[in-house]
Amino acid sequence: MSTVEVTPGDIAASTSKRARALANHRIVMLVSAFVVLAAMSFTRIWTDQQALTSSQTIGTALRVMVPILMAGIAALWAERCGVLNIGIEGMMIFGTWFGGYFAWQHGAWVGLAMGVLGGMIAGTIHAVATVHFGVNQTISGVVMNIFAFYGARYLSDLLFVGEQGGGVSQSPPQKSAIPKFDVPFLAGGDLFGWKTPDIFGWFEDKEWFLVGDLGGIGRGLTYNISWATAIALATVPITAWVMWRTRFGLRLRSSGEAPSAAETLGVKVVRLRYAGLIISGGCAGFGGATMSIVASSYYRQGQTQGNGFIGMATLIFGNWRPMGVLGGASLFGYSLGIKLVANDSIPALFLFITFVAGCMLIVSLVRQKAVTAISAAVAGALFFYAYHTVQEVPESLTQALPYVITLVVLATASQRLRPPAMAGVPYRPGEGH
Amino acid sequence: MSNEQQIPLGKDVGTGLKKISTSSTASGLQTGLFTLASSLAAVVIALAICAVLLAVTGKNPWQAYSTIIETGTEGDKLLEMMKRATPLIFSATAVAVGFKMNLFNIGVEGQYLFAALIAATVGSRVSLPAPLHVLFILIVAVVAGAAWASIAAMLKVGRGVHEVISTIMLNYVALSVIQWLFENFFRDKGAEGLNVKTKLLPASGRMPDIVDDRLGGMFFVALFVVFLYWVLVFKSRFGFRLRSSGLNPGAARTSGIGANKMIFISLLVSGGIAGLVAMQSVLGEIYAYGPNATPTQLGFLGIAVALLGRHHPIGIVVSALLFGFLDSTSAQLQLAEIPSSIVKLIQAITVLTVVIINEATIRWLNKRTAERTAATLIHRAEVAAS
Repeated sequence: MSTVEVTPGDIAASTSKRARALANHRIVMLVSAFVVLAAMSFTRIWTDQQALTSSQTIGTALRVMVPILMAGIAALWAERCGVLNIGIEGMMIFGTWFGGYFAWQHGAWVGLAMGVLGGMIAGTIHAVATVHFGVNQTISGVVMNIFAFYGARYLSDLLFVGEQGGGVSQSPPQKSAIPKFDVPFLAGGDLFGWKTPDIFGWFEDKEWFLVGDLGGIGRGLTYNISWATAIALATVPITAWVMWRTRFGLRLRSSGEAPSAAETLGVKVVRLRYAGLIISGGCAGFGGATMSIVASSYYRQGQTQGNGFIGMATLIFGNWRPMGVLGGASLFGYSLGIKLVANDSIPALFLFITFVAGCMLIVSLVRQKAVTAISAAVAGALFFYAYHTVQEVPESLTQALPYVITLVVLATASQRLRPPAMAGVPYRPGEGH
Repeated sequence: MSNEQQIPLGKDVGTGLKKISTSSTASGLQTGLFTLASSLAAVVIALAICAVLLAVTGKNPWQAYSTIIETGTEGDKLLEMMKRATPLIFSATAVAVGFKMNLFNIGVEGQYLFAALIAATVGSRVSLPAPLHVLFILIVAVVAGAAWASIAAMLKVGRGVHEVISTIMLNYVALSVIQWLFENFFRDKGAEGLNVKTKLLPASGRMPDIVDDRLGGMFFVALFVVFLYWVLVFKSRFGFRLRSSGLNPGAARTSGIGANKMIFISLLVSGGIAGLVAMQSVLGEIYAYGPNATPTQLGFLGIAVALLGRHHPIGIVVSALLFGFLDSTSAQLQLAEIPSSIVKLIQAITVLTVVIINEATIRWLNKRTAERTAATLIHRAEVAAS
């Protein structure tokens, strides 16, 4: 009989090892971010496509990203507490309709708040069905989508038909909007009536290597920002903090990972799943409300455009983590943004991918990883060929990009994905013991 | 003391279970009746909820429902009911095939739209004698639907990608691919504006009407497909394997049923049936595929119909007819100043209540069985002890 003695020294050694690994990871992330930026900058100068990193492109990408990001955060809240949420699209429809109606009646801010409330109502319905009655979570979500679509249509039929500019599929236009702001000193915003210098704008105009790109990206993120966008961006760190730094978050995650074990420790799994789904619905509703209030000034049927499903895709892409969701939403937002601003500069992105693939090839050769090296070389060659042959990418195909990327990620990297263990499995209190 | 009592108890547990298991076939009918009753209850509850909604919003629910029943039961409307039910029967059957294998094919929407484009295009470019031409287009539609579903099947079998996610994503990919193919290759250059379509089918490729302009032949094709579904899933060896893999994958694998093969085949069959959803429109109404003319959303409504019909052939037909009945009355409702979208809301709420009541019934039945089993065992134990 031998027992393994764990000395405090061992623990200290393992934590410092962990800390070192984390620090290494951060350095790797920083270096690769720099490489990606440099490759982007190089592509911009080489092809003379200034739109690639212009503040207009980045600003548009940011605006299109907001609903996707909120849908992704909504999916995160639901799946982390252990319930699949296929119904995010439907919850967003609740958000667009409630947002559209109340913004038309009572102003933009009330609309935004009521959009959140609408989403929370939808989240509660999903929670009653899946948590209380134990209905198959996928079925409940799909039914939610159908219900929301026709429910919104009925409400529009009732309240918008006959109004000036309204109809069965759209609301009358709103009169007020959510205010926008420019960040002082960075993008030339006003400070107590004094117009501060537009530093990012100044850099962007210079179009220098790296500097111009940083200026463009920075200005896109700080100039003419809606307060709703700022709130949406703030949900990412708030979500990360609540989920990983608070007692509530720990319990919420534990009810998604091991509900029976959590319950033996006194965690109220049912209550937490209700909470998670209501928050999820609120986030989805907010995302929907931004579409009918910020991105346009009226509610329209089909306004959500599948953003709820792209949000689910960002969750998978981001490996069920808030920063990953932000990353996925940024990527999809950028691909949609550049399509809107400068569709003809998309072939230049092929050159960018070639550069990135080249860097990956070098790294994998140094690390002696044959499979990665070969796939990087093949991808690089393919995209270089595409850069030379493709004149214009059809707009209809660029729309499919987020979905195709998600399928590719799922098909190739599913070993590295780590979803919550019990997401999708109905749980009844007292079941496991 | 405990030893003496445990031995007879053990024996009686055996006989008790035997009794329960022999009585279970008799209670199959009873369970069926419960299923029927709970479905009906769901419809009634949904109607009650909608009545409250109508009343709250200042409309007279009684008037609305009597308008629905009066107009819906006229002869013409009954034909329209069957016509509107036709695509729903196809899409619900497609969903149900997957469900029997525990696969949730949310991709019926993408599969049928893709199949509609391909079938309409191919159909307009070949010339065959009349009955063969229609049959050929139907086969093309089945193959195209199955081909699109095969992407999800390959991702599932080869890479373990969950079919719910892959079919959702493929729905949107399908929309893009369809748009691209249509705009660049398949579009009939003659038509302009909102009326863009593929080339019209020749007369030989059109499905004859059973009742002129009221009911096309596709309704009977739909009934035939449901019959095939019944034979295939409930009466064939393949169906037995399919259902057993769906109910208990582990047990099925142990008895030599390859799960991957069953997944692949059932998704292909599901996609193939999905390919027929828009054929009533392509073969009998607009004789082409058009982005603004071909009906959409049928894939999702099919999920609703399949859930309401509990994936049973008769249930599917009855539910589809119910949905068709409600749809057929919407024009008249508008005339009576009742929002016609109430019929869609009734459908949506019905499905919501159906899934909840379904689950509650199953729980109640399980609980009742468990209680009766326990009661029998206790009774036996007491008899043995005395």
